Amino acid sequence: MSGDLPDHARTVVLGAGIVGNSLTYHLAEQGRDDILLVDKGPLPDPGGSTGHASNFLMPVEHSKEMTHLTRESIEQYKDMDTFVNSGGIELARTDERVAELERRVQSAKSWGEPAELLTPEEVEELVPYVNTDIVKGGFYSKGAGTCDPLRAGEVMRARADHATEGGLTVSPNTEVLDMHVEAGEIQAVKTDRGTVTADEVVIAAGLWSPKLAAMAGVEIPLTPAVHQLISVGPISYFEDYEGEISFPVVRDMDTQMYERQHGNDMEVGSYQHRPILWDVEDIPSIDEAPLSPTQPPLTDDAFEQSMENALEIVPELLDDPEAGVRHEIDGLLSVTPDGAPLLGPLQDVEGLWSAAAVWIKEAPAIGEALAQWMTRGWSDIDLHSSNVNRFKEWGTSREFVKDRAHEGYRKIYGIVHPREQWQSSRPLRTSAFYHRQDDLDARFFQAGGWERPQWYDSNEDLVRRYNEELDGLLRANEWDSRWWSPVILGEHLHMRDKVAMVGDMGFAIFDLLGPGATEYAERMAVGRMDVDVGKSVYTPVLAPNGGFVSDLSIVRMGENHYRVITGGSVQGPDKAHFRSHLPEDGSVQLVDRSSQLCTLGVWGPDARDVVDPVTEEDMSHEAFAPYTAQHVTIGEVDAWALRISYVGEQGWEIYAPMDQAERLWDTLYEAGQDHDIRPVGMGVYGTTGRMEKGYRLYGHELELEYTPAEAGLTFHGVKDADFVGKEAYAAGIDEENAATLCTLSVDDHRSEDGDRRFMLGNEPVLDDGEVLVDDEGRRSYVTSAGTGPTVGKHLLMAYLPREYAEEGRGLQVEYMGERYPVTVEVAGSRPLFDPENERIRS
Amino acid sequence: MDVLACIKRVPDTGAKIVLTDDGQDIDTSSLGFTMSPHEECAIEEAIQQVEEHGGSTTVLTLGPGDADEQLRTGLAMGVDRATHLETDGEEWSPRATANAIADAVRDEDREFDLLFFGNESADTANYQVGVRVARELGLPCVAGIKTLDVADGTAVARREVSGGEEVYELDLPAVISVKEGINEPRYASMRAKMQARREEVPAETPDHTEGPGAFEKVRLETPAGDDSDAEILGEGPAAVPNVVEVLGDDVEVL
Repeated sequence: MSGDLPDHARTVVLGAGIVGNSLTYHLAEQGRDDILLVDKGPLPDPGGSTGHASNFLMPVEHSKEMTHLTRESIEQYKDMDTFVNSGGIELARTDERVAELERRVQSAKSWGEPAELLTPEEVEELVPYVNTDIVKGGFYSKGAGTCDPLRAGEVMRARADHATEGGLTVSPNTEVLDMHVEAGEIQAVKTDRGTVTADEVVIAAGLWSPKLAAMAGVEIPLTPAVHQLISVGPISYFEDYEGEISFPVVRDMDTQMYERQHGNDMEVGSYQHRPILWDVEDIPSIDEAPLSPTQPPLTDDAFEQSMENALEIVPELLDDPEAGVRHEIDGLLSVTPDGAPLLGPLQDVEGLWSAAAVWIKEAPAIGEALAQWMTRGWSDIDLHSSNVNRFKEWGTSREFVKDRAHEGYRKIYGIVHPREQWQSSRPLRTSAFYHRQDDLDARFFQAGGWERPQWYDSNEDLVRRYNEELDGLLRANEWDSRWWSPVILGEHLHMRDKVAMVGDMGFAIFDLLGPGATEYAERMAVGRMDVDVGKSVYTPVLAPNGGFVSDLSIVRMGENHYRVITGGSVQGPDKAHFRSHLPEDGSVQLVDRSSQLCTLGVWGPDARDVVDPVTEEDMSHEAFAPYTAQHVTIGEVDAWALRISYVGEQGWEIYAPMDQAERLWDTLYEAGQDHDIRPVGMGVYGTTGRMEKGYRLYGHELELEYTPAEAGLTFHGVKDADFVGKEAYAAGIDEENAATLCTLSVDDHRSEDGDRRFMLGNEPVLDDGEVLVDDEGRRSYVTSAGTGPTVGKHLLMAYLPREYAEEGRGLQVEYMGERYPVTVEVAGSRPLFDPENERIRS
Repeated sequence: MDVLACIKRVPDTGAKIVLTDDGQDIDTSSLGFTMSPHEECAIEEAIQQVEEHGGSTTVLTLGPGDADEQLRTGLAMGVDRATHLETDGEEWSPRATANAIADAVRDEDREFDLLFFGNESADTANYQVGVRVARELGLPCVAGIKTLDVADGTAVARREVSGGEEVYELDLPAVISVKEGINEPRYASMRAKMQARREEVPAETPDHTEGPGAFEKVRLETPAGDDSDAEILGEGPAAVPNVVEVLGDDVEVL
């Protein structure tokens, strides 16, 4: 297994922490048989974050992806005999936290992980040393436990060696000096023990990953940050218990701390202290570091409050007269701008992958998922929230990463609202409409870095105007109405009655140019691409398993020219996907025009009356058919208009050069004054309008784990041309669906205490108190939630098992510890509002 | 009995020590600080003597403002009070250091019965401050002590020498420089650490007086390290041919 460095390896994995070991093992299992695993440190503990992690796994999170990854990781640790099932308890000291723990139970049910709420007395029974006088309740995760990642690493290396029949070389004490890239492809890794050519290289080097990425000219946006932890012992209370841990791990959520037994010691960790970020260049070498490079000495003053809080919650044990602080460190770990890992192919260098910013709790499953992605093109657990390319081209600067890491540190163990917006490094990416929108008191939300109005405070009069229609749809509860405004509903109704402007949507726009464009576009999309010039096709983009990589519109601009229009927040991931499939012969070029073109939607019954008078071309229904595009001149601005609507109205998406965007805005805004045109926010575009139309959203309804047939998106049939995922897609049409995406409405919003509550998404769907599970073991949960003001109902989307997907069927949704009756409105993709799309075609 | 322990803030270094570009200091940009290991034992010894005989303990340091961190460690271990002779961060010579400590001891309201020092500091290792303070105060002094018994105003101190040990009897008050091994320093409890952080540690500015016998630092150098690789020749009996080859051909002892 270990030996001299080879001249060549098919796969080189950089970093032998838990991530690199896991990835190596799973790659070997998936058939890679020529792998080199390199680390600059010694084995089994090369000195990275794996060596000082506190090693507990609490599976329940609000993210489905992370919960499933942690649960799968627990299975793997168990299989390697490196897991102790201690259970885990999250404590609430405040009422607000009790509500948050109810929401944790809700997420646990959605993702299929056992969990329950505990009274203070029940907490005390499980963990007698907790001071329950200051505890209002607990959340018990029975499946939680602790692992030994260093031992697991050894097992994984041995298994990889076995699986490759000796095709694995492990080279510790080997430092990477450079990465060779030619013509956009990784060629070789230069180390202090020689240079190795490679077909693919994975950076799994934890907090050193950005440094290695920079050697290849790319960016992995993370920063080293301190997590303070100390160990207190020997505690006489633990002397009667054998083994490493006999009590559940305790998370004292309101103080952002944890306390867990570790043999005769109590380990106390904190995320409460002020954020302490490190520059990777300041991290000492292994030789220079007293403990290890990632274990600098504790910053005493930052830990003072944490000590006080720990002594409050576990007073007797920590005050054991025999016990002292035996170990104390500022443990360094990797923090990313949004807290999620950085996984996948690095867009600008073919063959170079990132496996960074991964916690112990999810590392084995991420190794497996990434190995699947590398070897077959998709993973069983969808990793879209962790795609390394999500910050590409806007959020990779050191300043941005530090700002967000600083801000995000407070969210670890925090109560984070699902719509909560980041505050730092903003505005960063603004369209040319920004100042006009700001003048109208837009409330900006950020997506893909772009500032987009969510609603406009200047439209507040619409709430009064539609007072009657909004009766019963306004949210009195503070949590439900956080990051929300009734103005969104007023804006929606105004759009349905008159006309609205929406923009800039922050779309990612890629032009595909060249003689091979048609063939290439056919290969990428489910929809037929050999269509008339000017025709727009909404289409799924699939992985080989038939699951969703994306859904987007492709417009044929010319004989050899297509325009791909996709969501701004998937600009990086989608671009990486399209680029990785470009033909090798250079017959297609991909040009990213996302930042060059503004996008302005004009929609509503009066849209044509606004646009036509200021446009040189004839915009009549006869001259400009739905789902087609034309070059137009609006006022002085040469633009390109696409007759399409995500909100189900007559109108156009208008694309123009960013430098003329303000002029375009002014022209249409002025032309619309006689019709009371209102700029409206993404709250209408992305939620209320979309939900009424039943339009699916990538990352919510559409992901790798569900197919187009289940999502009701097989209207293209099966075209003749070959495309990625065709076989699975065609089979999915023939087979009976295990689940169907449905639109549901809430029948009664009243909670026990009389509050009217409004679900926000991710809630479990139940029948007779049991969460629905389909034949493939997938559980039903709310994929999107939003109010439909025109239909007068709060709408939910969810995949329901076949037998439940029938219109009129009554079910329940659990929200914040209570159940609410809901009804299936639509089984499938038929719009609830204007099902025949008469408005779009008017 | 009143007992004093004197300590020094030193860099907590790993195996490899990095110097600043001008060779005047250790590069501490990514290092933490601690006190010298012998001095941890000095504090522990002070605490144990007072636990046994009653009285009070004081910890003293001469060093930069941040050296209060090491004083708080002493307080957290159980020392009663701390004295900080605050400098501007420059390294003081052993003589100047000893003069300042002696001045501080003279200014104290109490008279110390025992003054503990670490045998030598972990960074400069001058082996001088304890003995210079003793001379300045006219007190008896022993160094390198690994066993100490105090009774009836007399200290019996032992130090290891090759083939045996030397035993000294000193009348108190006395200066004693201790070595690691004299005791097992305790870990501070969490509550004590927290309380120590909140205690006031008064700082005074000592007079800087050099005198005859002072020396000056020219620059620091790191000794050449041993970069040679170790090679595993094999395991069990299978290793024998390789071992024979190395002993015979390479080392030429066979």
